[in-house]
Amino acid sequence: MNHLSGLFLAPFQEFIFMRHALVACLALALGCSPVGVLLVLRRMSLMGDALSHAVLPGAALGFLISGLSLYAMTIGGIAVGLAVALLAGAVSRTTVLREDASFAASYLISLALGVLIISMRGNSVDLIHVLFGTILAVDDAALILVASITTATLFTLAIIYRPLIVECFDPGFLRSVGGRGAAMHFIFLVLAVLNLVAGFTALGTLMAVGMLILPAASAGFWARQFWSASLAAILIAMVSSYTGLLLSFHLDIPSGPAIVLTAGLCYVFSLVFGRRGSLYTRRRAACHLAG
Amino acid sequence: MSIVSRALVIFFAFIVAGGASEVKAERTLKVITSFSVLGDLVKNIGDDRVDVTTLVGPNGDVHVYQPTPATAKAVGEAGLVVVNGLGLEGWMDRLIKASGYKGVVAVASKGVKPREMEEEEHEGVAKGSRMVTDPHAWQDIRNGMLYVDNIAQALSSADPAGAATYKANAEAYKAKLIALDKWVRSEFSAIPRQKRRMITTHDAFGYFGAAYGVTILAPMGLSTESEPSAGEVKKLIQQIKKEKITAVFVENVSDPRMIEQIARESGVTVGGELFSDALSNPDGPASTYIDMFKNNVTKIVPAMKKGL
Repeated sequence: MNHLSGLFLAPFQEFIFMRHALVACLALALGCSPVGVLLVLRRMSLMGDALSHAVLPGAALGFLISGLSLYAMTIGGIAVGLAVALLAGAVSRTTVLREDASFAASYLISLALGVLIISMRGNSVDLIHVLFGTILAVDDAALILVASITTATLFTLAIIYRPLIVECFDPGFLRSVGGRGAAMHFIFLVLAVLNLVAGFTALGTLMAVGMLILPAASAGFWARQFWSASLAAILIAMVSSYTGLLLSFHLDIPSGPAIVLTAGLCYVFSLVFGRRGSLYTRRRAACHLAG
Repeated sequence: MSIVSRALVIFFAFIVAGGASEVKAERTLKVITSFSVLGDLVKNIGDDRVDVTTLVGPNGDVHVYQPTPATAKAVGEAGLVVVNGLGLEGWMDRLIKASGYKGVVAVASKGVKPREMEEEEHEGVAKGSRMVTDPHAWQDIRNGMLYVDNIAQALSSADPAGAATYKANAEAYKAKLIALDKWVRSEFSAIPRQKRRMITTHDAFGYFGAAYGVTILAPMGLSTESEPSAGEVKKLIQQIKKEKITAVFVENVSDPRMIEQIARESGVTVGGELFSDALSNPDGPASTYIDMFKNNVTKIVPAMKKGL
């Protein structure tokens, strides 16, 4: 028993940086998972990747104005991320261009702008490396930021739960009953950007996107409803965070990839053995038909 | 080839020839250096006979520099290129080839006895780590004096008319470096050798440590890119606690949040910013090679004294 607690609990009891990392991951899991499920439902899974590049000019501007300050760069990142997301959303609502294409266009412009700003400064300090550190470097400021964004996300989701989901599945119906679809769409985009930036500041760009999408994609194989899928995603995200951190601690592997790869294993498991639509259930269904 | 394009070729040939003669007409020698430490040394030796351009400026990371077309143009027009060598500027060969520079590339670290360093930190375990040459030789002032000799020699052969000036400047500057070296040694002499331990984010103080008997521990390896594992951070924290290290420093090119986290966890205060790969801005605390040592030593020594 002692041995087990040494393996599974002691790292977190003994080291503050492990506790910080775990708490940040759990908070992120709470906020990111429902947003991720919605992104998957809306077929916008790749939006996270696009946004991770789109925040660059904001971070660069924040750096130019006030140096290496977490807040300035985060605020810059949020501002530009929001601008890109809302602009892309507006373009897809008002023109023939689809959401994925308008996102791709906006983020490419934004990325080029960011690279331009950084090279104008003539300084090759890797901004993204500094702003988007590793999960092990999560300090109080980053932790508070992540927790605030998670809280705001959960409250907002609770308030606009129904219209938001209707807007996802059947925008025409929402309009016919007088709901404000555009407002729902934009609130959702704001939530997505906030959660992504929270993830970036705590975990690094690649890993934040992994936390957003992998649990959500896996949850689709287990649950039918939005709320149950979100719960499943939260559970998967939390379990992968904890397992990934422990693996990183005991096996000496980088923590970001460890967490995302654990989530990836959950995804593969769900893909094969999930309760609905997985390889296993499909095969069984095929056998029934053949029999 | 049509008449128009022929005319264009002739036109451009004139521009190029005109540009070349303009360079020759200038009295100052155009020197390109790869990073700020070399830039400062060349300025001190060449004084107003040279016009120094530094590719990677203050606070820049020379390991990951990306040249622009303008820098390629500047290199092509230079009278002398000075690099550190020892594998620091991996991008330099391609830049020189692309720029069409035909002159001499002076290696400032010529004659330095190179140290080896581990590419990846694995705390004594041999897996995955390989030894590479440590390029940060200027962190030992005696090597700095070698740099001065090499640079003075390169300047003299590029501009023989100024040879006497360069020699005189180099001797005067070396006298300053000798005084600096003495001062650093006297500062460290107050601390017993086994207490001379410090931690920084970037593994650039190998020569410094060897010269002044300081043991350097780093949470991340040679590359500023690699992400540490939780296990490595744990080992480092345990090490600080066990061996009671009090000197922990944020270096100016790596992620400062990581080291702050480690410092807080282990209960030591972070000692301030050290400069190793790059000088600070002109108004900063380490705008010259000599000021860099003064800044670093006045931060390292008091931090170590706390542990006495």
